[in-house]
Amino acid sequence: MSEILLSVRGATKSFGGVVANQDISLNVAAGEIVGLIGPNGSGKTTLFSSIVGYHPVDAGSIVFGDKEITHLRVPQIARLGLHRTFQQTRIFVGMSCVQNMQISAPLSQSKGPASLFAPFPVEATEKLEYLLAFVGLYEKRSLSGGELSFGQQKLLEFAMALMSESRLLLLDEPTAGINPTLIDYIVNRLRTANDEFGVTLLVIEHNMHVIMNLAQRIYCLAHGHKLAEGSPKDIQDNPKVIDAYLGAT
Amino acid sequence: MKQLGYGILIGISLVAPFVFPEFRTQLSFLWVMVIFALTWDILGGQMGYNSFGNVLFVGVGMYACAVVQRDMGLDYFSSLFIGVLVAGGLAVALALVVGNALLDLRGHYFAIGTLGLGVAAGEIAGGWDFIGAGSGMVPPLYPGPLDSRDLFFYFQLFAVAVVLFSTLRWLYGGRFGLALNAIRDDEDKAEALGIYTTRYKTAAWCLAALFLGVTGGLLGNVIGFIDPKDVAFAGSTFGVWMIIMVITGGKGTLWGPVLGAVVFHVTQELFWTFLFGWQRVALGLLIIAIAVLFPQGILGWVREHWPKDADTMGQAKSDSQR
Ligand SMILES: Nc1ncnc2c1ncn2[C@@H]1O[C@H](COP(=O)(O)OP(=O)(O)OP(=O)(O)O)[C@@H](O)[C@H]1O
Ligand SMILES: [Mg+2]
Repeated sequence: MSEILLSVRGATKSFGGVVANQDISLNVAAGEIVGLIGPNGSGKTTLFSSIVGYHPVDAGSIVFGDKEITHLRVPQIARLGLHRTFQQTRIFVGMSCVQNMQISAPLSQSKGPASLFAPFPVEATEKLEYLLAFVGLYEKRSLSGGELSFGQQKLLEFAMALMSESRLLLLDEPTAGINPTLIDYIVNRLRTANDEFGVTLLVIEHNMHVIMNLAQRIYCLAHGHKLAEGSPKDIQDNPKVIDAYLGAT
Repeated sequence: MKQLGYGILIGISLVAPFVFPEFRTQLSFLWVMVIFALTWDILGGQMGYNSFGNVLFVGVGMYACAVVQRDMGLDYFSSLFIGVLVAGGLAVALALVVGNALLDLRGHYFAIGTLGLGVAAGEIAGGWDFIGAGSGMVPPLYPGPLDSRDLFFYFQLFAVAVVLFSTLRWLYGGRFGLALNAIRDDEDKAEALGIYTTRYKTAAWCLAALFLGVTGGLLGNVIGFIDPKDVAFAGSTFGVWMIIMVITGGKGTLWGPVLGAVVFHVTQELFWTFLFGWQRVALGLLIIAIAVLFPQGILGWVREHWPKDADTMGQAKSDSQR
């Protein structure tokens, strides 16, 4: 097995009385596509938010590459190349697709206040046009984000993550609310990005058909606990998983 | 074509005070209004943070400059020059301190938080003997005839407006402008992409403060008398006008605030001349009419009807994209 890119150890998080995550551990190796499934409210989005620093975990640790990121803040973690997309799909609706991509480009290495005013590097234009074409949005590039359809917004959000040079991308339900034809296209783009750009993916998904085909390994959560992990085949045949989805536990 | 347009505008601005010598003060005020609108739009339009407190920086600049002029013991022009620099610097320093506390607030909470700034500053200034307390301050007299004084300040304010406009045009065409727009559209998403939003917000706020402080320093001299509540921290006039002008012209655009400032200033002067006694009522009606007829501002309305023309006018961004 290749090197571990993300390692979550004993992540625990509660909101008031609700324990959203209880002692969850998982690993993602570089180059993998890993699935994260579980019934509604099982704590999947909460785990993503903890990983990217949106809220601190109550207990546990999170390591990305060789760096402990448990207590870093969102933009710091993003700059290491760990990004998430949002379940509700979030792009900049008042800005054109090109501008959405431009602002996603990582800043040059130079730090300090001057970097706030840095101009766009020329290579960035070629790259963003290539990536917009990659998700089939090149023709729409001067439309504003708000003018895109929901599916196109999902594709733009994905392209933005690629633009920001993600090493690990956490996708929160990339195919939710999308028509079946576009689902196939999105799955194809995810797999191609993984193959060609080497982006590691951790994917939350309710569509079992999609995740069983996409992921190499799957973790299943229920009621904030880790219920099972294994290959798609193992997960599909696991009686506990079946029970959780049928609401028996 | 574009160069020609800018050339003509600058040409008109240079000859205007000579062609209409009796309107020099009003013309100076026009540039003040343009600066007020452009600086308000940095946060209010481009970044989506509505501030009711920008007048704080105007007042601080006014007092800072007047104190330097009074106490430095230099000749008029040197002390004015240093005074204006100190005004800008102090406004920025204050913006850093206040921004630290306020810029963590989002949306309406930020707006409400800024509401008290001007009022509090007015109260403090009104009770502080060092700067004249309630009876205010009078900046030193200009060493020369009245009309050369008016010309002098006209060109000072014109220069500040031009520098501000050029700076914003450059910034809005690059990463800075896009980062502000991203914060306006979705601040959490911006952070998730690795943008240090706090730094951009602070930089934007300080930029506005710098130009407002400098302008305040000059404006105190133009008006010739600094009253704590009616001139320096004039929330109910300057503070409100800033917002009205931007909304009139079109939020979040480069030319909208300029357009709004011109339209607002001219109508206001006309009301003052022809509807004296009713000018405030007329102004109120005008504001309502604008809100109803042009909810997106003049530039927004133009853009809806002639999308192409408006884009060349409204956004410096389109330049940098080609
Ligand atoms: N910010 C919050 N404040 C309070 N409770 C929260 C918060 N976020 C999540 N929860 C609770 O934590 C639990 C897990 O929510 P979470 O969004 O992580 O589930 P999920 O697995 O992503 O569900 P879904 O599949 O419906 O998206 C739920 O009971 C939810 O109500
Ligand atoms: Mg969720």
